[in-house]
Amino acid sequence: MGTKNWPLWEIFVRSKNGLEHRHFGSLHAADAEMAIENARDVYTRRNEGVSIWVVESKNITASNPEHNGEMFEPAQDKVYRHPTFYELPDEVKYM
Amino acid sequence: MKNENLYKYILGIADNSLILGQRMGELCGHGPSLETDIACTNISLDLFGQVRSFYQYAAKIAGDGKTEDDIAMLRKEREYVNVLLVEQPNTNFAYSIGRQFLFDVYHLLFLKELEKSKDLTLSAIATKSIKEVSYHQRFSSDWIKRLGDGTNESHQKIQSAIDDLWTYTDELFHQTGADKAMVKEGIGVNVTTLKDKYYHLVKNVLVESTLKTPESKYFQKGGKQGIHTEHLGYLLAELQYMQRAYPNMEW
Amino acid sequence: MSEEQIKNLEEQFEARIARDEKIEPKDWMPEKYRQTHIRQISQHAHSEVVGMLPEGNWITRAPSLRRKVALLAKIQDEAGHGLYLYSACETLGVSRDELYDQLHSGKAKYSSIFNYPTITWADMGAIGWLVDGAAIINQVPLCNTSFGPYARAMVRVCKEESFHQRQGYEIMIKLANGTPEQKDMAQDALNRWWWPSLMMLGPTDAESIHTEQSMKWKLKRKSNDDLRQQFIDQTVPQAHLIGLTIPDPDLKWNEEKGSYDFGPIDWDEFWQVVKGHGPCNKERMKARVEAWEEGEWVRDAAMAYAEKQKERKEKQAV
Repeated sequence: MGTKNWPLWEIFVRSKNGLEHRHFGSLHAADAEMAIENARDVYTRRNEGVSIWVVESKNITASNPEHNGEMFEPAQDKVYRHPTFYELPDEVKYM
Repeated sequence: MKNENLYKYILGIADNSLILGQRMGELCGHGPSLETDIACTNISLDLFGQVRSFYQYAAKIAGDGKTEDDIAMLRKEREYVNVLLVEQPNTNFAYSIGRQFLFDVYHLLFLKELEKSKDLTLSAIATKSIKEVSYHQRFSSDWIKRLGDGTNESHQKIQSAIDDLWTYTDELFHQTGADKAMVKEGIGVNVTTLKDKYYHLVKNVLVESTLKTPESKYFQKGGKQGIHTEHLGYLLAELQYMQRAYPNMEW
Repeated sequence: MSEEQIKNLEEQFEARIARDEKIEPKDWMPEKYRQTHIRQISQHAHSEVVGMLPEGNWITRAPSLRRKVALLAKIQDEAGHGLYLYSACETLGVSRDELYDQLHSGKAKYSSIFNYPTITWADMGAIGWLVDGAAIINQVPLCNTSFGPYARAMVRVCKEESFHQRQGYEIMIKLANGTPEQKDMAQDALNRWWWPSLMMLGPTDAESIHTEQSMKWKLKRKSNDDLRQQFIDQTVPQAHLIGLTIPDPDLKWNEEKGSYDFGPIDWDEFWQVVKGHGPCNKERMKARVEAWEEGEWVRDAAMAYAEKQKERKEKQAV
């Protein structure tokens, strides 16, 4: 039998209910079940999690950093999307 | 000792976890992958955690000033009452997983009964351990399936491990004098009642793993009476080395 | 890409790092940056994994159950740290298996300290106290290194390692306050591990080849000699506190400098071990290669099973 290596998985952990799953890192596993078990032992040994998601790394599609200019910079000057853009009289304290 | 049966009964439970924890600990740093290594160490740590709770309780019952470490490390070969199964060596990964699986299935059935014990300390330790051992059983069962239904090589390896270890399974259901006394008091588990369920559960996993359930009717016993296989002496030599070479010291 | 374009990109790249921006795996990076990082991160990962072996020697012989679980948990962390670091390295386009090949063939290096034998229980104390102590000094600044995955792995490593050094020092305290025999055991371990720990912080600045580039990329924040001085200054009082003697007759507090002067390091010994001729180089490599080769049928089985399961699922779906 040849050496077919265990694929890489990306691990997302919810630290506690109410919080989102956050990317914790990656690891190798033969299948999804094993990826969850490994993630439990590798990433939640110190009580770091209440829920685990695993995604095989090859299934993630990432934006290309070379396109960062066109992708993200146009959002930089849209200041009207933020509350500080709008002027209020001093008397209005909470809005 | 006032509660000699209870003391002996606790050792009968805890020695299994001690010896199995020691065997799993031997694998640390030598596993087939980093991920598996970390998982096996976790099992070892769970078992040692259980051992400490049990021995601390036993020490309290003995009331002779002995500590958990005295109980763990300063008895003679014939005074350890673990079953023969758990002392079997890590011949290869198939043996380690096979041994773990054959013990885990028993261990979980046992703890679920122990949880009902009238002895509140034992019941509390059981409650905590059930969560750990449920995971052990899931882990080892999954690996039995992977090895059994994996490649030809892995199938053969895990089949021979199961065949070889099978002879030590019957002893799990033997009752000692302390067992009987504790069952009578509503403290202990009647292990004879777990037997059918055990073989049924084991067989299910073996079938799913495309493995044959061994048919041999010849079984080994003796561990519960302190008559062990030759492997235990070497394990104890390492386990006890420091306490024997440097007696009466604190670490 | 033309040479000029590359030069332009490189300048922008260096400027980003100078501004303390992080570099992420898919960002453009100079080939040398990639190679240097693969080398350093994998070397770091190998050190964690090989580093499990000298301590692993004592799992079965730990003198108490409390010590045994602490040691097991510590060594398990090292496996975890190896794993985090291999993963960080893999983001640079090299697989863990390739990295293992480099280790097993002797092409890749790991920290030389792990080629020394652990012959008494006190060595568990000395390793935790001195070796982890030196490692922490090296590692903390790396939490701010320029390559994002490495920095993130190091944050996790440093957080988890905070108990490792204490675990070792506590062993030493207990021995130093124990019977004369125990105190001797502690002193003997300090005698054997002190100099290798100083060497662990790397060759003197004059002999160190990669330093300048590494400083720029924040792979290194301080020179080897500075790190060594920091380690000595922080460790000597810890030894005194528990009544142990640093095995260096030239060690003396220098009031003017505000730090310790110390005796000459035997760099011949250092290079001998680095070149593969330390007391345990062969055993360590043999243990790693055996674990990998004997694990191959297990890894293959898991893959074969996973593929069968996948096929079954697909068939069911049809």
